[in-house]
Amino acid sequence: MVKVHLWSGLRSLVDGQDAVEVQASTVGDILRGLVKLYPGLEGPIEAGVSVAVDGKIIANDLTTPVTTESEIYLMQKLRGG
Amino acid sequence: MALDDTKTKDFKFVGTRPERPDGVDKVTGRAKFGADMTAPGMLHGAILRSPHAHARILSIDTSKAEALKGVKAVVTRADFSTNPTFGPGLTGEPWNVLENVMAGEKALYDGHAVAAVAATSALIARDALKLIDVTYEVLDHVTDVDKAMAEGAPVIREGAADKSVPAGMHPNVVRYHDSGHGDVEAGFAEADLVLENSFKTEATHQGYIEPHACLGSLGNDGKGELWCTTQGHWYAQKMCAALLGLETSQLRVTASEIGGGFGGKTTVFIEPVALALSRKANKPVKIVMSRSEVFRATGPTASTSMDIKIGMKKDGTITAASGVFRLQGGAFPGAPCEFTAMCAFAPYALENVHQIGYDVMSNRPKQAAYRAPGSPMAAFAVESVIDDLCKELGLDPIDVRLKNASHKGTKASFGPRFDDIGLVETLEAAKAHEHYNTPLKEGQGRGISCGFWFNHGGETAVSLALSEDGTAQISVGTPDIGGSRASMALMAAEELGIPYEHIRCTVADTATLGYNEISHGSRVTYASGLATIKAAKDAVNKLCKRAAQKWGIPEDAVKWEDGCAVPSGANAGDFDPLPLAKITANMGATGGPIVGHFEATPEGAGVSFATHIVDAEVDHETGKTKIVRYTVVQDAGKAIHPTYVEGQFQGGAAQGIGWALNEEYIYGDDGRLQNAGFLDYRIPLASDLPMIDTVIVEVANPGHPYGVRGVGETSICPPLAAIANAVSAAAGVRMRELPMSPPRIVAALKAAQDG
Repeated sequence: MVKVHLWSGLRSLVDGQDAVEVQASTVGDILRGLVKLYPGLEGPIEAGVSVAVDGKIIANDLTTPVTTESEIYLMQKLRGG
Repeated sequence: MALDDTKTKDFKFVGTRPERPDGVDKVTGRAKFGADMTAPGMLHGAILRSPHAHARILSIDTSKAEALKGVKAVVTRADFSTNPTFGPGLTGEPWNVLENVMAGEKALYDGHAVAAVAATSALIARDALKLIDVTYEVLDHVTDVDKAMAEGAPVIREGAADKSVPAGMHPNVVRYHDSGHGDVEAGFAEADLVLENSFKTEATHQGYIEPHACLGSLGNDGKGELWCTTQGHWYAQKMCAALLGLETSQLRVTASEIGGGFGGKTTVFIEPVALALSRKANKPVKIVMSRSEVFRATGPTASTSMDIKIGMKKDGTITAASGVFRLQGGAFPGAPCEFTAMCAFAPYALENVHQIGYDVMSNRPKQAAYRAPGSPMAAFAVESVIDDLCKELGLDPIDVRLKNASHKGTKASFGPRFDDIGLVETLEAAKAHEHYNTPLKEGQGRGISCGFWFNHGGETAVSLALSEDGTAQISVGTPDIGGSRASMALMAAEELGIPYEHIRCTVADTATLGYNEISHGSRVTYASGLATIKAAKDAVNKLCKRAAQKWGIPEDAVKWEDGCAVPSGANAGDFDPLPLAKITANMGATGGPIVGHFEATPEGAGVSFATHIVDAEVDHETGKTKIVRYTVVQDAGKAIHPTYVEGQFQGGAAQGIGWALNEEYIYGDDGRLQNAGFLDYRIPLASDLPMIDTVIVEVANPGHPYGVRGVGETSICPPLAAIANAVSAAAGVRMRELPMSPPRIVAALKAAQDG
């Protein structure tokens, strides 16, 4: 299981938790796993999220590998200028 | 993305300063911008805009306009798709864009488009607008962010809030961000001094010199062509197709030369309108915005209202920091409140930090990105408080920032840990700089600030084709908003080993390459650069294969050196180096054209930091300010073309000077924009600016083959704060509201004098 930290705006959708655990070996697994466990997250995830894996912000690539040791943060997707 | 072959030194071409490839075209007028394109039978479009800040549209009678000689088509909201959708990840936004492009049931701000005309001349089109009869029911309006959140404020759109918004908030609050770590109250209790203050910034426009312009042609068969000035023509293709109910691939979009964007050309405004008019008239339609339309109806940045609290020990250690950031982004969701919040304290390694952001709707135009959206305002508020703490505790502002600076391994204020970053290096370079060590003259003040931006990668496709004469042409999909064609050619020259001058880089149309994300997020030199390097390597592999075939040796027995294929070692055989041009000369007979490709979504953009030093003077009688010296120190990872990097640094500082001192959207009580032109909206003139010195720091980004970090946005993060700190020091009074225009400074001085 990998631990996924959430920004607090999402916590009301995951029973108030600030981090949840999902079975995952890639970023794509994480996002699919989150929606499966917490259907309320589908909207925010579809609206666009990035996943920080050990400090590297993954904006698109669902194939990026993760391990149980990875530090993972869900972040809102960047809109730059 | 794993990088198996990085190179951070011993460059032959990268880091040099060759002439820009678009220079001659631009100074001779040969470059074609948005308004420069014409087509046979072309009509001219014009757009009718709401004079009201908030009004229900009861009816639109276009019959008189349609009867005017020369008018060929009139469109309203009914001429667009009723169900704009595309792809995952953008649910809701196409609808918002459509609602902004052409009003539906309500006009939501002064300048909101309500109808459009195509006619045989621009004059007839404008005359026809006067014949369109719109009946409005004027509604109460609100344009200030704090007032828009307050009880009793007019509701812009009921039900627009997402699930992040806490219960009980006004319906105009549509998104909420809350993040941080540690225990800020415990941190404040440890501090020797805690300061808390509130700050405001006004909306500013990106101020690009080229107004929005396009030429659209769309037939009833659903096939179309669009020429437009844009930062992202694949996005324009996708969005126009969605708004008009087209198949994406049937609309080919070509990006014109671009006269500035800075984030403001990352969306569409007039393009779907030109196409809708064209479809109705069955003729090409050109629309060129006036400057007034640009101000009234295209995206400025968000305005803000912020509360900051920071605790510090006597030795300069920050014990805790918290911030509340309220942003209004016009009559639509999308103000970058989460980025304001996440960037605010990112420069500092904090054990206790908490930030909250609110996205608030008001009766203003839909905000658009503007260089590092949301970050400059946060820095203004946070770095002002840090400056006051330093002053009250008698500490050097750079030493304090160094003491608290984020570095590799720091848990960022927004959560994850930083990889290799260069903040400390920028602070050390600033501290050692002659500017910082030069005493101020009487009456001058000096300000320091750090700034942070994330940077971005995004979908990217590049093709590199070799010509028979041994030259190369690169096709990229990212419009050149900051000199990227030169940078791409330099990186390709480095890989191919042929001169920069023998390489031409072109921004290809949407039919030529795979999807390319917009030129935004400081991504182009990073992502298109990475793709160019990979495409060049792909071409080199194919060149080596041809040489191996010629020599009759295995492919892996050939390597590439200084523009030639050579045997990889003594065992490979004894062959003279085979130059690129010798291989391409007869490539048609040895296997066909040689083209390198790369298509991917690079994910190693690498964040970026900067430190700015500003000296300012203030005329205490008139409130006029003068920036007398300015130095930008920023981490570029690796400067591919240092002159362009310096230009980005200087441009960010120049725009920051305007934002800090003069630029603002001024609304009357009637909710109408009062200063929709450059005479009344004052951007800095050359005579307002000092020479802006630059120092390029290079801490390699591990996510790029040469270590590149984007530089286009971070340069606008520190200026507001650095200038505010300098002006406040010179004025002797803390300025907490931008712009620090002369009337505001005089008022602050008077308030201080009156006690």
